[in-house]
Amino acid sequence: MNNDSTISKGIDWMIVWLYTTLVIIGVMMIFANEYQEGDSIFQPVLNQSKDYGKQILWVCVCSVLAVFILLTDSKLFTATANLLYGLGILLCIAALFAGTEVKGSKSWLVLGGFRLQPSELSKVFTCLALAKYISRQEIDFNRTSSQVIAGVIALLPAAITIAQNETGLALVYFSFFLAMYREGLPPFILIMGASVGVILVLSLIFSPTTLFIAYGIIAIVAILLTRNQYKRNPLFLWSIVAIWAFASVMSSVVIPYGINHVMKPYQRDRIYSLVGKLYIPQNPEEQAELEKLKVKNRGKSQNQSEYNVIQSKIAIGSGGVLGKGYLKGTQTRYDFVPEQRTDFIFCTIGEGFGFVGSFVFLSLYAIMLFRIVVIAERQRSTFSRVYSYGVASIFFFHIGINICMTIGLAPVIGIPLPLISYGGSSLLTFTILLFILIRLDADRHIVLR
Amino acid sequence: MPVLNQARQRVIQTIFIVVFLVIIGQLFHLQILPSKYTKLAKDNAITKKIVYPSRGIIYDRNKKPILDNVARFDLVVTPFQIKGIDTTTLCRILNIDTAEFRKRMVTSIIKNGRYRPSVFEPLVSPQLQAQLDENMYKFPGFDLNERPVRSYPFKCAAHILGYVAEVDTAIIRKSGYFYQMGDYAGRSGLEASYEKVLMGQRGIRFLIKDNKNRIQGSFDKGNYDTLPVAGRNLYSSVDVVLQQLAEKLMTNKIGGVVAINPKTGGILAMASGPGYDPNLLAGVQFRKNWGRMALDTARPLYNRAIKGQYPPGSTFKPLGALVALDEGLITPAYGYGCWGGYYACGRPVKCTHASRGHAATLRLALANSCNSYFCHIFRMAIDNPAYSNTTGGYLKWKEYMNSFGMGVRLGVDLPSEDYASIPDTSRYNKDFGARRWRSCNILTLGIGQDRMTATPLQLANVMCIIANKGYYYTPHFIDSIQSERIDDTLFLGKYRRKHEVTHISDDAYNAVQLGMQDVITSGTAQNAMIPGINICGKTGTAQNPHGKNHSLFVCFAPRENPQIAIAVVVENSGYGSTWAAPIASLMMEKYLKDTIAERRMAEVERISKADLIPSAIKHWYYVKDSIRQAKLMKALDVIVPPVEPPAVVVPKKTTFDPEAEPNRKDSGELSIERSPIILPEDEKNKKDSLKQ
Repeated sequence: MNNDSTISKGIDWMIVWLYTTLVIIGVMMIFANEYQEGDSIFQPVLNQSKDYGKQILWVCVCSVLAVFILLTDSKLFTATANLLYGLGILLCIAALFAGTEVKGSKSWLVLGGFRLQPSELSKVFTCLALAKYISRQEIDFNRTSSQVIAGVIALLPAAITIAQNETGLALVYFSFFLAMYREGLPPFILIMGASVGVILVLSLIFSPTTLFIAYGIIAIVAILLTRNQYKRNPLFLWSIVAIWAFASVMSSVVIPYGINHVMKPYQRDRIYSLVGKLYIPQNPEEQAELEKLKVKNRGKSQNQSEYNVIQSKIAIGSGGVLGKGYLKGTQTRYDFVPEQRTDFIFCTIGEGFGFVGSFVFLSLYAIMLFRIVVIAERQRSTFSRVYSYGVASIFFFHIGINICMTIGLAPVIGIPLPLISYGGSSLLTFTILLFILIRLDADRHIVLR
Repeated sequence: MPVLNQARQRVIQTIFIVVFLVIIGQLFHLQILPSKYTKLAKDNAITKKIVYPSRGIIYDRNKKPILDNVARFDLVVTPFQIKGIDTTTLCRILNIDTAEFRKRMVTSIIKNGRYRPSVFEPLVSPQLQAQLDENMYKFPGFDLNERPVRSYPFKCAAHILGYVAEVDTAIIRKSGYFYQMGDYAGRSGLEASYEKVLMGQRGIRFLIKDNKNRIQGSFDKGNYDTLPVAGRNLYSSVDVVLQQLAEKLMTNKIGGVVAINPKTGGILAMASGPGYDPNLLAGVQFRKNWGRMALDTARPLYNRAIKGQYPPGSTFKPLGALVALDEGLITPAYGYGCWGGYYACGRPVKCTHASRGHAATLRLALANSCNSYFCHIFRMAIDNPAYSNTTGGYLKWKEYMNSFGMGVRLGVDLPSEDYASIPDTSRYNKDFGARRWRSCNILTLGIGQDRMTATPLQLANVMCIIANKGYYYTPHFIDSIQSERIDDTLFLGKYRRKHEVTHISDDAYNAVQLGMQDVITSGTAQNAMIPGINICGKTGTAQNPHGKNHSLFVCFAPRENPQIAIAVVVENSGYGSTWAAPIASLMMEKYLKDTIAERRMAEVERISKADLIPSAIKHWYYVKDSIRQAKLMKALDVIVPPVEPPAVVVPKKTTFDPEAEPNRKDSGELSIERSPIILPEDEKNKKDSLKQ
């Protein structure tokens, strides 16, 4: 009893409850995906024949692990952060050279019957290592050299992951810039990075003319809103105009030129299909070439993502305001959306519970993110704060990109929805991330550095 | 610094909120604004499956089913479900080897993919089906699917019934996309004419499918489903026993036979030679046989009874007599002094008889089939002073012909009936110049030659008119439809309406009937006689441009109370009395007396065994066979000595009227030896020449 009280002391129960709720929702959604009327419900859990059965096993494993993490001393994480980071990098390189190829990417290590994706776990290690580096006494994060080193720490695993052909996972590491921003990274890096990304995606989805008009409107509104500012500082006006010009040139000239003249037709086709759009070449020769290629590649599902996005949008859209109800979805229950238990799990929620259900579901995530930020801000040690922001950034990036890709707002890059998607690796990583955070937070009064 | 940090915390929270708002906005757009996605989802997951009813059955006049449906089973396989099945047992049951099994699996995967079932063995036999049923649990992924198939228990009436086959794009377009690819529809015969009745009403089942089009179950427990309504049955006037006899007699002959009940217009039998077993075009057999039959030069798919156009020859004479009698040009006692030919128009038309008085009355002229007599009265009709000129007389005559149903479509309930030909004046205007042709130019129309042609159906219908003394019902097969509806009654109405033919007096008919009776008792067709029945008939031996004369015979019986009217045409077989008359006679005996007398059974066998296919067609078969053989040998790489071909008989056109000159000896065909046909080496297709 005594022991128990020491574990639970200082724990932020709100996060724990949110975690539990989301994991239960996840299992229910996977179940809804697989269950057919008349199937036995408990049999697959015992004999592990279905995915929801396996997920339940993983939930059990994660609960045990969570308790273990809560039982450890929070000093352990600061002490081993660099060591773990090095280990993570080594494992990633090992996977790159000695790994097994799964769906075209060499990111898996297979040891006996046990499969491990080091780049997934590396997220935790990188988060810890980054926190460790920034929290060092001698580091002044306002100095550019420190910022560069922090950037290298964050992006080294990303580079290896790109080499493993897991671009989606690699992009997650860029989210650490959000945490670094909180610690003093100049905002223009963040703005530039985000803007280029957003402009790129927008240019794919909308036509250059539409974007040109939209940018113009935004620029005018910005100028009107900040007219007091630029009266004092004319540079401000010019910077707005410069940004507007940059964005317009990017969307109307650079990106279309890059796509249409630098890339090969099949690459163009693939880029467009990432956002679920059909690429129709203007040039008849090109069209013929593309058709030939499509005939050649038929059955190899090169344009799988285009199909995925369309099916996913249909599934979510068919949910309407209130949804079809749990276990009533026609799209998600009959495998129309591929990979719907992993990357496209949000479709099940969208179809089954409609707009209202999705709203409530997103609110859970939003509350969780805000709670993590609140926790971060109440830390006395820089390490804990940076780590918390790191966790928030990873969660945010996963949630944002995953849901955006199911609703056709982001390219399909294949990253899971935290705590909901089927998959042991991903569930394990997010559990570790979150429970280290809870442990650090519980000890916030004693951890000072 | 804290101020800055405070601000940055807010910025990060703002970024979170903005992204969530964007997501909510897109969700609002997808889920609440348009209904496009809801509809798409419905199309995506709910499939309409058409449930086919069983087609209606066609019965004969004694309520025997001429065709029927049998439930046959297809063995279907869903490739992805087969795991660890007992392949050897399955192969043993199906009597195939494992290599064949693998080949079929690969074919079905290529055709329909892994997840959809495809036919592994179509229409398994009942014994095999029982064997499979017992062992089905051993073969997961395999299934037996029911499929109704037409069967023809009497193996007859192929031309009447037609066949059912998969629809093609033309039919789909014509039906206003009512049919879909893969549907079956009646494509000829009664199956096509009564398609709407026979096919019944399709049912629709709403099923839920998954992304691989696999059916997951019915939608909303089948509340929206409609059940199929079975096709309605047809009751026809066909006498299946008579039909079988007619087809038996027409084996190895080219031509057509039609037997009609004059009282109702119901067709009792209709055969076309060469015929075929309708089972050859049922179910899986269709694909195997149809192409071969469609390309056959003897055209077995062609219904000569309604499409064959034959010069009626002497069988036309009773009509010539009726026209002359009705116009008051002759009386039954009218005679013509025939000296063995008609000389009034320059080139003489020969007559069979030269003895005096063989055309002393109409009755005698008909019995003896005097060409001179009928040429004479035809000229009288054309040159009738009541009409201004030849054209006027001809038009009046043509009007008579059309009212007898000659040169017009009768409207039988089979598709693609031919109207044959009673030539239009324009044809003669073109040949001779307008108003420049006289009765002498078209003289042989009077004995059913020249440009006049008729189908066997029209000839039989003319017999009905004479038998009924002036009226007929449109010949038809279907008397009634099961649970007849108002539109059916309207459709069948035209077969229930009496057609009065221009009011020719009974006396005229009596005279013609007596003459026709004498044809049997003392005239040209004495071999058609049946003791105890007064038959009226008329032989015909029609010259034609294709070779030996056509043998024709038309008749009805009994004279006092007509029960059956028959027209028989046997192509290129000689005199009307040789083949056509006995065929008609045997059919009448069968129909009127129910059995054929013992002593005439031998004749049935003799006629059915007689091979009257013209040698030109036989030669075509010979060429086909030898090409096939040569190919086969080439494939086997065996050098065989060329087969000695049979003596090739080249048909020769008869240049005289055989009825007019019975004593002139001419077989009508010349026998010529031809050198054996050797296929030349085809240099073009040789590999070496291709390389160059």
